[in-house]
Amino acid sequence: MSDIVEKTLTALPGLFLQNQPGGGAAAAKASFSSRLGSLVRGITALTSKHEEEKLIQQELSSLKITVSAPTTTLKMMKECMVRLIYCEMLGYDASFGYIHAIKLAQQGNLLEKRVGYLAVSLFLHENHELLLLLVNTVVKDLQSTNLVEVSMALTVVSQIFPREMIPAVLPLIEDKLQHSKEIIRRKAVLALYKFHLIAPNQVQHIHVKFRKALCDRDVGVMAASLHIYLRMIKESSSGYKDLTGSFVTILKQVVGGKLPVDFNYHSVPAPWLQIQLLRILRLLGKDDRRTSELMYDVLDESLRRAELNHNVTYAILFECVHTIYSIYPKSELLEKAAKCIGKFVLSPKINLKYLGLKALTYVIQQDPSLALQHQMTIIECLDHPDPIIKRETLELLYRITNAQNITVIVQKMLEYLHQSKEEYIIVNLVGKIAELAEKFAPDNAWFIQTMNAVFSVGGDVIHPDIPNNYLRLLAEGFDDEAEDRSLRLYAIQSYLTLLDVENVFYPQRFLQVMSWVLGEYSYLLDKETPEAVITKLYKLLMHSSISSETKAWLIAAVTKLTPQAHSSNVVKRLIQEFIISLDTCMRQHAFELKHLHENVELMKSVLPVNKSCEDMVVDASLSFLDGFVAEGLNQGVAPYKPHHQRQEEKLSQEKVLNFEPYGLSFSASGFTGRQSPAGISVGSDVSGNSAETGLKEKNIRTYTPKTNSLKLEGIKKLWGKEGYLPKKESATGDEAQPIPQKSVIMENVNQTVTKKDQPQAHTQSREEKEKHLLASSLFVGLGSESTINLLGKADTVSHKFRRKSKTKEINSGETTSTHNMTCSSFSSLSNAAYEEDYYLDTLQDRRDKKLKQFSLNSELLDSESFTELPVVEKLSNCSMSAPSLFADNNLEIFHPSPSTAASAANEISVASLLEEPTEHMHSDLMEVCNNETISVSSYKIWKDDCLLLVWSVANKSCSELKSANLEIAPAENFKITEQPECCLPIIEAESTKSFQHSVQMEKPFTEGTLSGFINYQMIDSRSAQLEFSVTLSLLDFIRPLKISTEDFGRLWLSFANDVKQNVKMSESQAALPSALKTLQQKLRLHIVDVIDNEGLLACQLLPSMPCLLHFRVHADVLALWFRSSCSALPDYVLYQCQKVMEGS
Amino acid sequence: MIHAILVFNNHGKPRLVRFYQRFPEEIQQQIVRETFHLVLKRDDNICNFLEGGSLIGGSDYKLIYRHYATLYFVFCVDSSESELGILDLIQVFVETLDKCFENVCELDLIFHMDKVHYILQEVVMGGMVLETNMNEIVAQIEAQNRLEKSEGGLSAAPARAVSAVKNINLPEIPRNINIGDLNIKVPNLSQFV
Repeated sequence: MSDIVEKTLTALPGLFLQNQPGGGAAAAKASFSSRLGSLVRGITALTSKHEEEKLIQQELSSLKITVSAPTTTLKMMKECMVRLIYCEMLGYDASFGYIHAIKLAQQGNLLEKRVGYLAVSLFLHENHELLLLLVNTVVKDLQSTNLVEVSMALTVVSQIFPREMIPAVLPLIEDKLQHSKEIIRRKAVLALYKFHLIAPNQVQHIHVKFRKALCDRDVGVMAASLHIYLRMIKESSSGYKDLTGSFVTILKQVVGGKLPVDFNYHSVPAPWLQIQLLRILRLLGKDDRRTSELMYDVLDESLRRAELNHNVTYAILFECVHTIYSIYPKSELLEKAAKCIGKFVLSPKINLKYLGLKALTYVIQQDPSLALQHQMTIIECLDHPDPIIKRETLELLYRITNAQNITVIVQKMLEYLHQSKEEYIIVNLVGKIAELAEKFAPDNAWFIQTMNAVFSVGGDVIHPDIPNNYLRLLAEGFDDEAEDRSLRLYAIQSYLTLLDVENVFYPQRFLQVMSWVLGEYSYLLDKETPEAVITKLYKLLMHSSISSETKAWLIAAVTKLTPQAHSSNVVKRLIQEFIISLDTCMRQHAFELKHLHENVELMKSVLPVNKSCEDMVVDASLSFLDGFVAEGLNQGVAPYKPHHQRQEEKLSQEKVLNFEPYGLSFSASGFTGRQSPAGISVGSDVSGNSAETGLKEKNIRTYTPKTNSLKLEGIKKLWGKEGYLPKKESATGDEAQPIPQKSVIMENVNQTVTKKDQPQAHTQSREEKEKHLLASSLFVGLGSESTINLLGKADTVSHKFRRKSKTKEINSGETTSTHNMTCSSFSSLSNAAYEEDYYLDTLQDRRDKKLKQFSLNSELLDSESFTELPVVEKLSNCSMSAPSLFADNNLEIFHPSPSTAASAANEISVASLLEEPTEHMHSDLMEVCNNETISVSSYKIWKDDCLLLVWSVANKSCSELKSANLEIAPAENFKITEQPECCLPIIEAESTKSFQHSVQMEKPFTEGTLSGFINYQMIDSRSAQLEFSVTLSLLDFIRPLKISTEDFGRLWLSFANDVKQNVKMSESQAALPSALKTLQQKLRLHIVDVIDNEGLLACQLLPSMPCLLHFRVHADVLALWFRSSCSALPDYVLYQCQKVMEGS
Repeated sequence: MIHAILVFNNHGKPRLVRFYQRFPEEIQQQIVRETFHLVLKRDDNICNFLEGGSLIGGSDYKLIYRHYATLYFVFCVDSSESELGILDLIQVFVETLDKCFENVCELDLIFHMDKVHYILQEVVMGGMVLETNMNEIVAQIEAQNRLEKSEGGLSAAPARAVSAVKNINLPEIPRNINIGDLNIKVPNLSQFV
């Protein structure tokens, strides 16, 4: 193939010479078409970038004149467009031509139109305002009888189309699905796919048509529809399980060579189609035994038929292997797939090797022993000249890391890190190293050194979680006091050594970590006095390369050390120097330090030694300030308004012409008159509580990744094959002596290398040997895993740095975040400097409160009477009224009457099941699964703060069932909280029991599925399991938002995302109030107000995403207008509203 | 999904730039430059895949490229595309160019930039693979070329030519769909049809 691109640019000048423009008007016109040629010639003749720019600017300005001249014909315009495209491609702005491109698409004949459409699709983007001008043209062309025009219109629609104009063309494109020409049908399918991507709600109703496209008599159309299915199945596979059979049949026919020869590519039947189908099957069969069983045959055949004669067969094989390992396992297939992976890994072709490593990385999670099979290849890849291969290998090693091989793997990772310059690679790899180090570190020294390497290499681009987690680990410590002490001591010593090195600059993040650790734990040192440490910190402080954020950390550390070195001259000098600093933040710190320095007693109580993990209680509502505020108000001080309120008022005053509804009237009526001090204190109390809730949630979120983190150590080998492991182990034994010690340190390895080398240097080259040794140190612990299990010592590997498992765990986010208050309670006053700090991040809300208080202080008080310190003290003394956060979560647990016959379960109305009727709305009881003994039904209770799923399990048999257990599989979009009593020891015969789960949404989605199973034991101790699933829609998480009209007006202005739509009203809902009533009932909205022909509604997406709705009736048209802070929400609510309106 | 298709020569001069995902103008240029530098660094005997630069999604995106004499063809795709599949798609694209231009070279790409775009439109539509069958693509392009020729005769007999152009239809391309034993039966679907 490479020979086809042989002609080079050297041929250019000769070509151009033939095309010299002649004189006269006719000649000028004739040369018009070669103007692109002369432009290109001009550019190639140039030598510098600067000259090119000049030439193109010239060209553009002449083009500008030409395109806007009235005499320019469309044909000339066509040529101009091509030149404009060329200029844009080179990166020059040709925006003056955009409108002409649209004009050309509108008015030109076929050829001109084609250029016009091409230019538009290259120039504009989906949100470009000019694009609206194109809509009409597209609509016209879609209706054309000319196939080429239709085809062009479809192409441009799939390329760029404004989202809000989709309804205008949707019916036309739907019609095209029935078009007689297959190419048109195919393009229509892809255009619809594009719509599905950008506005899924708008095409929800035509899913049936997608199914039709899937059964199209033309293979091309069917293949195009697979794009849509792949996407939809990826979003939620449960709705498409019924199609598995169809996909399998299609694949069978393709693999069996039933397609026309046209579809063959290098005599492989429709490879791209096969790839697509295998991917769909992978998604469908995941964790689903029944569905997986349908595809075993065809997968087997695919593997068999794929004769390795061409690159593209490998593509199919790779997908096949991936699918086999993703679906419910079948040992025969797994064995074949494992062999296939070998073909990839051992291939001399580098592309295949890469894919082989990728496959291994994936497979290794299920079958770690496969890594042993290919260990020598993996070692070779580690030193491969291609950095991409190297990286993939490291990724693979990362998955198999355990306590035994960590030192070697991390060493390799650090080596790679030193060579790479790409920022995202550094960020990614550094995160992995930190994670591994925390999990498997063999000893303190290694851990601290590795973390030092992480901080110095990672620099300031590392994820902020890494230093935060590290500091938390140091602060919280482990169960062993002595261990903690030695770790901290080692850290301090290593930092002091690092700081002693002259002329080395560490990243800011690293310095911050150092300063915190030194500030907290310097008391552990025997040799060096706190004063010496302070001197070092002071030296850093004076350095010019230190950012002001780091300076704040440093000065906080000095402050913490001051009680231990009270007479230090350095501290005094520091105070003097910074008290006149131009940086207000530093000056404030210096003043604080000065005041503390003067009062030793206070200082010792505010800054106790090693108390960073102690709990601290803060009065977030600042109720002790009420008196002070009241006094201020009495003296005529203006009441406090939050920032956004002030800004809004300013905005509404500035506005001359008001285009927004409500704006003026609401903001005018919103805040008139002064509020009483009591009112303010209530207000602050409420917001304090809400801040608290926010804090809790955040903590929970920061904790989840920890539990998810990969841990291969105790992994249960689900799909490993019997017989693999023993073989593998003996293989390792043959190849190299496994190193017995658990803590393999690099030096050890090196020593062993030299020792072993001497006696038998002639048999094996030294290099070879090293590789084997490396192999044994890398793969140690992989194969032996099962033996450990056999000995019943599954947990022999001590996880040094595993977090303390204390009951505090759930709550510890709260406490650990508070702990920092003690050590840096007043450094937290400086908001800006600590923006990055994690601990304080979670305290943001509280700090804002405090800041407010202090700003009040400094505004109102004479700066001489500096009273911040007593306030700080007070702050820590005052106890906070802990709001019972989960009070609402204490759900009513109801007991159905035991005599209720199970068979009647379906007829029982839900309300009667509940002992006391709840005020919450609920859905009807629906059976989700059943068999001869048991039947599970469920209904949803839409509680104020969550969705409560109630499962009622009815025992239909006449014997009792034992240890019934109902479990819901974790789903990525939801947080599921199990209510107690989810495991019942006994279900009596013919009785009904209930389980419940409260579900919260973590991430907005339109529709999701929760699946779960129930298992139980029958009287003859046979156990059975029954699977089920329920569908949850976003609607389940929408609740009324009860706000006042004023609040509505205010919120309305603050939201950026809005959606408008006109809907025709039917006869029955002619009156607005009745229409609103329907919506209120069906969608759980809150009617805020009805003013004449306008209605205001509000709702919120749990936990707290408001959406405002505005309805206006005009004749028989209802204008809907939605606003929200979330972009997807208005679309969804609009869709639901439309559905309700159409339905009634 | 394919997010971008870039063709540039050995000196980094762009020859074809097609984005399927919106990037601002100046970022597009930076992406072309960054991609060029990433690709240039690589020898011919190492693998054809690499991770996207920091501008185009980092490790979420893959760059899959092929080098032909003076030109680099780079496809930027996300994880929903098969690497080897795309590698062959590039081959199909280049072979199609070769058929349409009869021994394609860099010059063809420069002087017939618009045509290259039309060919690409028949292979990839809106970031999705539309057609992989070379004969089919060539047939579509030839149909369009015929259109161009009839357009050329437009000045001679305007009225007749116009009506001819208006009535022109793509030729029926036999694909043997209903011939032989191919009969893709899709069970379970009858209720939807």
